[in-house]
Amino acid sequence: MQPVKAKVEILDAKTREKLCFLDKVEPHATIAEIKNLFTKTHPQWYPARQSLRLDPKGKSLKDEDVLQKLPVGTTATLYFRDLGAQISWVTVFLTEYAGPLFIYLLFYFRVPFIYGHKYDFTSSRHTVVHLACICHSFHYIKRLLETLFVHRFSHGTMPLRNIFKNCTYYWGFAAWMAYYINHPLYTPPTYGAQQVKLALAIFVICQLGNFSIHMALRDLRPAGSKTRKIPYPTKNPFTWLFLLVSCPNYTYEVGSWIGFAIMTQCLPVALFSLVGFTQMTIWAKGKHRSYLKEFRDYPPLRMPIIPFLL
Amino acid sequence: MVIARRFGATQPVSQLWLVLAIAMVRFYMEKGTHKGLYKSIQKTLKFFQTFALLEIVHCLIGIVPTSVIVAGVQVSSRIFMVWLITHSIKPIQNEESVVLFLVAWTVTEITRYSFYTFSLLDHLPYFIKWARYNFFIILYPVGVAGELLTIYAALPYVKKTGMFSIRLPNKYNVSFDYYYFLLITMASYIPLFPQLYFHMLRQRRKVLHGEVIVEKDD
Repeated sequence: MQPVKAKVEILDAKTREKLCFLDKVEPHATIAEIKNLFTKTHPQWYPARQSLRLDPKGKSLKDEDVLQKLPVGTTATLYFRDLGAQISWVTVFLTEYAGPLFIYLLFYFRVPFIYGHKYDFTSSRHTVVHLACICHSFHYIKRLLETLFVHRFSHGTMPLRNIFKNCTYYWGFAAWMAYYINHPLYTPPTYGAQQVKLALAIFVICQLGNFSIHMALRDLRPAGSKTRKIPYPTKNPFTWLFLLVSCPNYTYEVGSWIGFAIMTQCLPVALFSLVGFTQMTIWAKGKHRSYLKEFRDYPPLRMPIIPFLL
Repeated sequence: MVIARRFGATQPVSQLWLVLAIAMVRFYMEKGTHKGLYKSIQKTLKFFQTFALLEIVHCLIGIVPTSVIVAGVQVSSRIFMVWLITHSIKPIQNEESVVLFLVAWTVTEITRYSFYTFSLLDHLPYFIKWARYNFFIILYPVGVAGELLTIYAALPYVKKTGMFSIRLPNKYNVSFDYYYFLLITMASYIPLFPQLYFHMLRQRRKVLHGEVIVEKDD
């Protein structure tokens, strides 16, 4: 016996205008497939910018949701909202990270028109300035490589305006800190080599930690899937921070920047660390809440970002 | 109970601004000049403006129906003008532009708080509503002009004295130039002022003419 084909009508969530009527839809079709069908009649709304929901003010349906499993009759009514122009996460990450890498080097090499002409293409006499350049560059190269080879993204895209906002933040702060660290009048840290060595140790440990967490999170999720599981410590000691914290990658990231701030003794770096910490705390709390909601057996000892505190 | 609490919060603030307005009028009537006006009212003004931080709390807890961000921007700019410009840069205290923004602020605040007070009492005379949504059309530009002209007048003194600035080299490898900061602040009025102004114009159309405005999506 042939399964009954479903009908889908798509209405605009704001105006309730009928935008599209699809008949002869397979009942086991996914939302992703319906989005593809909708794009055929409205090519300017590619699937990534479609939000389809059962209720005009409700939550978006997921691409994996199956039509016949939704609470609809033989004719499903879906409401459409345009999410605006979208850009892929990978593109945003690559752009926002390549900027600081390149910009910092402009200041490091004292390219003309930044400092006085007599300083063009000169080199700092302080070891810590060269070390800082290596650390900063390493940090962003690591991020670029992780974006290309390590991270597995839940979402494909984000709104286009985010790239302007994010790049302003990353590029702006990179230029601001690089200006002072590479300035001819830069003052090295008060406690000299001791301070630099300690700060470097913090930085390296936290970078290794951050990378370990990224690898552990990647291994939680098979390629191409969007599954979510509780992360647990592995044999790698850096991942043992999972015992105390939901988002140790953020913990290590803040640690790296605190290390860099101590190494350079530069107030703008400290401010950048503070702003980053604030944003990451917001993200960590959100992630922690999602974990708690999704998993009944979530380890109770864990805090979002700072062990025992935050 | 809620009404009484809200009333208690808005009433004192409108009194404060009335006191300030009366002090300014009396000074002018007695002295016939605006010179020395700032000096005579400055203690009162500083007290009120700092008090204005309460404004943000009012928005947070919902006594006043303005958004926290709008109130935040407003209060910050007032505190900036009072403490970081007029108080700190004595030579510009007798500029006419100072009177300009003081008058604009005073009239605006008296109108606004009378509006809130009468609304809470559920007995809002049409005139107050009319004033609240029409006075700003003149007062906003006048206030902005006063503020910008005052900052502009202050620039030469800031440059000469290097006040509020940090130069390199120093232990924390940072620098700050108050002169350029002021230039950037003046420039920031260009995007910010139209946004506030058009927001008030939209509110005016909605309230006075019952127009239904379709708000932009979040």
